[in-house]
Amino acid sequence: MLKNRIIPCLDVKNGRVVKGINFVELKDAGDPVEQAKIYSDGGADEICFLDITASNENRETIIDIVRKTAKECFVPLTVGGGVRTIKNITDLLLAGADKVSINTAAVKDVSFVKEAAKKFGSQCIVVAIDAKKVSNNKWEVFTHGGRNKTGIDAVDFARQVEINGAGEILLTSMDKDGTKSGYDIELLKVITDSTNIPVIASGGVGTLDHLYDGLVKGGASAVLAASIFHYGEYKIKEVKKYLNSKNVSVRL
Amino acid sequence: MNVTIVDYQSGNISSVINSFTEVAKGKVNLEVTSDIKKIKSSDKIVLPGQGSFKSCVDSLNKINGLVDTLKDFAIINKKPLLGICVGLQMFADVGYEEAETKGLGWIAGKVSKIDNQNGKFKLPHIGWNEIEIKKESKIFKDIKNNSHMYFVHSYEFVPEDKSVISAKTNYSSKIVCAVERENLFGTQFHPEKSDKAGLKIIDNFMKL
Repeated sequence: MLKNRIIPCLDVKNGRVVKGINFVELKDAGDPVEQAKIYSDGGADEICFLDITASNENRETIIDIVRKTAKECFVPLTVGGGVRTIKNITDLLLAGADKVSINTAAVKDVSFVKEAAKKFGSQCIVVAIDAKKVSNNKWEVFTHGGRNKTGIDAVDFARQVEINGAGEILLTSMDKDGTKSGYDIELLKVITDSTNIPVIASGGVGTLDHLYDGLVKGGASAVLAASIFHYGEYKIKEVKKYLNSKNVSVRL
Repeated sequence: MNVTIVDYQSGNISSVINSFTEVAKGKVNLEVTSDIKKIKSSDKIVLPGQGSFKSCVDSLNKINGLVDTLKDFAIINKKPLLGICVGLQMFADVGYEEAETKGLGWIAGKVSKIDNQNGKFKLPHIGWNEIEIKKESKIFKDIKNNSHMYFVHSYEFVPEDKSVISAKTNYSSKIVCAVERENLFGTQFHPEKSDKAGLKIIDNFMKL
């Protein structure tokens, strides 16, 4: 049976982890490679890096981190943030990323998803959708961390990226992100029901029950979380044991 | 011992290189190449494969003499070869991804889309799934039955001779996820991304 995936996400800025794990055994709390290794050894099903470096000049930094991490972690590695061109994707994959997550570039022109999927295969193309509720049962795609409205309906867009060859959707609720009040289950449900590719839930996790809800009520294939892991509130193993005790199948 | 990962310019093979490098450390000489001479002189070959069946077959055919060299190596001389993902799928006679495409024809069978029961199951089949070991296999030495492996694919290899099947996995149906016939090995899952159990499979292959 296919297992539900638990994916810790590390936000990386100028080569340093922004919200680090607060573990005593860490030599350097800001080193993304060391943290990724801890997650991977702890049973993470995948690792996700989100590069939030503002400038374009620093692309080499994330590539170097990916290169080092890929030599030590032998679980899938997804990298997102600033992926705008075929060259960006090539560089990340050559450095050892297994998947790349495309956000703004997909919104600007969905044919970029098609081009990328054709060149590299759908298996490594994740499209990150940031959505915000605009009225009852209606969500809109936003870019730039929820600042820019696009006028694009999130459900329509999810279907579009599937048609254009995305292998997975990473869905973040901009209303919930950072609130620790749980995923937007309605949004998650409507997107998982409207598409036939796996959806990764993101944005809003504060408790273990939130992860359960995302998988069971929202129908997500995977759950991504940042802060509950970062601050060492929960270890991956605890999360998996909890989900398993509630009959959610995970890789133990 | 020389192990060659065939780099035929199709898809991303960085993870395969990283994992094999990790396992090979100090024991095995690892080459990543499409050089026919080097392939001929190596002891073992790894044939990775990402993207579509058609794009992988097309890329193999683009390199002059490569398909014949691989056939000499694995079928005539019966030296160990491991196909991963589409690398395994290409063992088949024919594949149906993108367009009907002739495969290497090493193990009779076809590669067709996974039946997702009218959308009941999401495709690609992405993530960790258990493997049910179907027969004793040299590359599954010390691998527990029902170990988790990492999968990402939408097509499955359906061999005619079921005795080649060394493992299956359960998704929308029982999917063939590993084959073994004498010196020929193939995994639909990605041992290079399957954590410790995956690295063990790579180690077993290297030690053959």
